[in-house]
Order: sequence, then C-alpha cells, then structure tokens
Amino acid sequence: MKYLDEFRDPALARRLLAEIERITTGRWAIMEVCGGQTHSIIRNGIDQLLPPGIELIHGPGCPVCVTPLGMIDKALAIAARPEVIFCSFGDMLRVPGSAVDLFTVKANGGDVRVVYSPLDALALAEEQPDRQVVFFAIGFETTAPANAMAVHLAHERGIANFSVLVSHVLVPPAIEAIVTSPVNRVNGFLAAGHVCSVMGTWQYDPLVSRHRLPIVVTGFEPLDVLDGIRRVVAQLESGRAEVENAYRRVVTAQGNPAAQAMVADVFEVCDRQWRGIGPIPASGWRLAGRYRHLDAEARFDVADVDAPESPHCRSGEVLQGLIKPHECASFGTRCTPRTPLGATMVSGEGACAAYYQYRRLDGTPVGVGGSR
Amino acid sequence: MTGRAAEGWACPLPLRQHDRIVLGHGGGGQLSAELVEHLFLPALGRPGAELHDAAALPVPAGAGRLAVTTDSYVVQPLFFPGGCIGDLAVNGTVNDLAMAGAQPVAITLGCILEEGLELAVLGRVMEAVGAAARAAGVSVVAGDTKVVEAGHGDGIYLNTAGVGVIPEGVDIRPGRAAPGDVVIVSGPIGLHGVAVLSQREGIEFGTGVRSDTAPLNGLVAAMLAAAGDHGDGVAGVHVLRDPTRGGLGASLCEIAASAGVGIEYDELRVPVPDEVAAACSFLGLDPMHIANEGRLVAIVAEPVADAVLAAMRAQEAGGGAVPIGRVVAEHPGLLVARTPYGATRVVDLPLGEQLPRIC
Repeated sequence: MKYLDEFRDPALARRLLAEIERITTGRWAIMEVCGGQTHSIIRNGIDQLLPPGIELIHGPGCPVCVTPLGMIDKALAIAARPEVIFCSFGDMLRVPGSAVDLFTVKANGGDVRVVYSPLDALALAEEQPDRQVVFFAIGFETTAPANAMAVHLAHERGIANFSVLVSHVLVPPAIEAIVTSPVNRVNGFLAAGHVCSVMGTWQYDPLVSRHRLPIVVTGFEPLDVLDGIRRVVAQLESGRAEVENAYRRVVTAQGNPAAQAMVADVFEVCDRQWRGIGPIPASGWRLAGRYRHLDAEARFDVADVDAPESPHCRSGEVLQGLIKPHECASFGTRCTPRTPLGATMVSGEGACAAYYQYRRLDGTPVGVGGSR
Repeated sequence: MTGRAAEGWACPLPLRQHDRIVLGHGGGGQLSAELVEHLFLPALGRPGAELHDAAALPVPAGAGRLAVTTDSYVVQPLFFPGGCIGDLAVNGTVNDLAMAGAQPVAITLGCILEEGLELAVLGRVMEAVGAAARAAGVSVVAGDTKVVEAGHGDGIYLNTAGVGVIPEGVDIRPGRAAPGDVVIVSGPIGLHGVAVLSQREGIEFGTGVRSDTAPLNGLVAAMLAAAGDHGDGVAGVHVLRDPTRGGLGASLCEIAASAGVGIEYDELRVPVPDEVAAACSFLGLDPMHIANEGRLVAIVAEPVADAVLAAMRAQEAGGGAVPIGRVVAEHPGLLVARTPYGATRVVDLPLGEQLPRIC
C-alpha cells in the first residue's frame, strides 16, 4: 500500500535501530502520547528492540482508556433508556463502568450501536424521528472535528432527537500535567501525529520553552515511531529541546484551519477528569452555549451521575512511568484483561495489559513480583 | 436449473397467490407441502423425492468412524460479495466435517424463516444451497421449516447437521499438535469477514473483496492422499481447523491451548491480501482475527510437510498455501508472532467480538 509499506520496511527499521543505539549514551524515558503509537509499538515489538538506556512510557493517549468511570456510568444510564438509540465507537463497548458495560446494557434490551462516524448517528436520527439518538463523542483533538460537524449539522437542520454525550480531552494540558508533576520521569515526548494534523504543531512551542523537553510530532508506522524516538534521543543527547515535525507527510505547523474553526464554533474548553490521572484543569472540550440544547447529559438528566475510581488501581502511576504494572498489588489478581480495574488494563495496548501478556510469554507467574 | 441460478431465481408456480412467506408456510398444511414440493426440492436438485420423517442412508463400506457436526447460520446481510447464507451453510458444514478428516456424506437443513420474507429471496438462497451441495458432492437428505412472526427473525436462519466418514488411520484433532510440526495456511486470509463487513457497513475497500466461501473436503482428501505416501502416512496430518469466527489467530490459540504446546509464526509469511490489510487498517481490526470460510490451517508432522504443501498447492482451494510457522515446546498454550523487526508478541484470543478501534 502506498504511503504505508514504505514506512514498514524491516531493513530501514534495522538501520534506524542501529542509529538509535549508536547515539544513545544516557538513560532516557520517552513517553509516546498517543494510543495509536502504543499500538504500533506493542504490535511490532519495538520496545524490545531498543537499547537498554531507552525506556518507553505508554502515555495517556488512548481516549477509551482515559474516559472516567463516571462518564461511562452516564453513558450506561442513557443507553438503558427505552427511547434511546445509543451510538458509540466500537471499542468503547467493552469498557466497564462501575457495574456493567455497554454490551451488558445491549444484552438487557438497550439499543446500542457501533458507528464509524458521528455523521452515521446523525443520519440515524433523521431516519428515526421518533427515537432519541445519542452519540458518545469521545476522543482527543483528532475525532473532535467530525463530532463538531455532526453537532453543527444537527443544530442547523433542527434535528431535535439527536444529542451528544461529550467527553473530549486535549493533549497539551495532559503533557503539561505530566511534566509539572513533582515525580515526573519523562525526558521527552512523541506527540500524536493525528492530533497535530488537526491542531498543527504551534501548540507545543510554549510547552517546550516552558519545560525544556523535546517534543517530536510522530506518525504511527514502525519507521515513523523509530524516527520519532531517534529524533528525541538526538535532542536529549545534544541538550536541545525543540518541537520537531517527523510526520510532515500529514502534519503542518498551522494544522487544519477549517477543522479548527469547526471545533472552536461547537466546543469550549472545560476542566476534565482523566481516568487514572485525576482532574486536569482546562483539559477538555464541552458543548459551547449555543449548542447546549444538544447536550445528552442535560437532556437525560445524568449530570449528577458519578462514580469513584477503584481504590485498588494504581494505573495513574503506571501511566506516568512511576511504577511497573506488576508492582501494583491488583496486577494479575483482581485486575486482568478480562476484569480490568483501570485505564491501563482496559485497552489491549495499555501498559498493564501488554505487561500481562509478556509475563505469560516469559513464564513468570502473572501476579507475582519480579521484573521482566 | 443451472441456467436459472445464473439468471436469478424465478418462482416455479403454483405456490398459490403468495409471493412472501406467511405464517401458514410453517404450519404443516398445504402451504408447507407446496413450499417443499415447488421450492425446496427443485432447488436442492431432488424434485419429486419421496418424503419421510427420517432419511434412511446406507452405511458406507469401509468407514473407520463417523463424523457428526452441527452449525447455525445467522449472517447479515443474507447476500454478500462472493456468496450468501445458503452456500455458507453448506460449505461451513462440509468444512467442519473435513476438519476431522471426514468425507461428507449427507447434511440436513433446518430453516427458520421470518414472516414476510420474499419467496424469491428464499428461492435464491436454496438454489445456492443446492449448487454448493453439488459442488461438495454431498446430499441434503432431510429438512425442516418453521416460520416466526415478522420482527422475530432476520429473514432466514439456517441450521445444519452433517454426517461424514473418517477413513481408517486418519486421526485429526487439536490435541495432536506436537513440537516440530509445521503450520500451513491454505491461502489468503480475512476475505470473508471483510466482504461481509463492507457489505454490512456500506464501505468499499479497493476492488471488490469477495468472500472465500468454498468447500474444503477435496483439498483435505488431496492432503491425506499426499501424506499417505510419506513418513507416518495419513497419521502425519495432526490437526486441521477452518479459521472461521475469531480468524486464524483464534484457531491457533485454541490448538496451542488444547495440545499444551506453543505455536510460533512469522508475521511476514501470513498471506494478507492488500484489500484486507487496508480494510483492517482503516477499521482498526486485526486480519488474524477476521473470519474465513474457505481456508484451513494444517498442523502436520515435518516429514510429510513438503508433500502435503505440494498437494495443497495443486488444488484450487489450496493454491495459495504457505507454511507460516512451527509448533514449539516453549511457552505452552501461547501463540506467539515474530514481527518483521525481529521482536515477538503474544497473540491472544479475542475476548468476544472484535471491536473497531477509535485510535
């Protein structure tokens, strides 16, 4: 496939790995921010091939994982209502709320549907005017423009039976929260390429100048990820801290102005709770005033629904690289991929889920201490 | 009959005035009898067959053991690029028998029809059943029809049973996978799942992905014949699986777990067509977990592997056969992929249905 195969070439990957090995003298903790990059790293085993001085920390960039328990409970409450068709991206369906997941709601008679685009949910609302169609608008800056477009169109066309449950989160405040934590270990970041395709790279300049940390905008194929790592290491080894764009085939400095305008019209910045991390100020988007009538939280009166995170889950510390998954007492015992307590075990690429699989491979009993 | 299948099904009257299934078609009265006489039997190539409560079959001579299987088909949409629920049901049942090393003898067909289903649609599905049965060399020997009220079914559900005979000396089951065995896949993977998904979601991926639905009993017979002349003979074919739901990944995980062995494969060797790779990449799915309906994965003793592979490649259904890995003594119960970059990764059973990823 054009633009993909070129970025999966094993021979070029070996050259990049050799280059990374050659230039690495220090010990560096690099966080890839985006869940898509974590997927590529785990799927291709890139973390196993890096020199021992480089540690990859899988960041909070999987929107499914960081959606807080309380928000999932709101979704479950809405989806269980008989008049509602609840539309969601697929991988949200198996994320557990405090009691059940969307699959269970569906099995109990709820009308829960997987859609690939919010515009599909909008079309459904137009086809079925006697039902309430709710779209679960989650994600980072990447999914926001399409979600905003659906809201904008629903408003413009006066589609009264459509609403959105918004749980949008933003990358720069999350990076800010991680680097300003007193226990921060991260030396440099791979920024999320698709987020930057929308927002551009300009958002990262202030972060870099404030905190003197390299941020390299990185793509998702194996060579993209390796090139991102190489550039971060090169900056760290030479004492530089810059925003670099290693995903130029997709990302420009200014981003996508039309998408940014659509998002700015529909959403406004708000504080958000992050599963595993906690509250981060000004780290999300909610519907702006003129679109508030399309807010499912108000329409279905679930604004007060909330749920505390499990006290047994230390995923916040795992997400920030402060502990290894097996150092959590719940790992492999009360918390497994089948019964995840927190963000990092929910997704197959979450640090805890990935670690769980490695443990099975090297024969270490899962749930018993010892390092990989 | 063959001409009619190509032109689209036309109702062979009388079937009274109905052009749709009504509740009475399942009532056991005149409407039921007409449906059998004028639609089912001609479509299945058995016009005028004498009907009884059970089919009486001769016991095949020289059969070592009988193989019996059952399966249900609820696919939506009923028709998809490359096939429909009818040929899927026949091929699926034939393939389940073939995976035990059996040659299929007879299958049964239970139809649960939804009130309001167009007779023309039922006719096209039954023509496909008949054509697939002829292609696989198996007879539909018994059937049943029930009609459920509108809204209580998805048009057509099919349930089958299959009976086959396993030749003397053949012993194919998951527990026989042993360290050193070679893992062979019979051709490109993921085509059926992507064909159905693209039809269901109205998404097109490149130039028309078609389901791979096909009977595999001919391929299995050729593999056993080839193995018979080498090494341990037919006993050298240790395990066969058709990787349907859950895909190749789930089949190999299950074999590793049942046999208590490890399985390793080389990701670069797994034949994933470009269209399937593109669709999976777009939808956030893994080709290793996409359904196939005309593929098998074989685990064979090393001494017979080359002969079996050559025999597979000589068959249409196995033209794209490739060895992708080995059974190993390490990491018992686990399936491990070697990535193109020299790393390894545990491939786990999907928890339930594979879900499209958001990122």
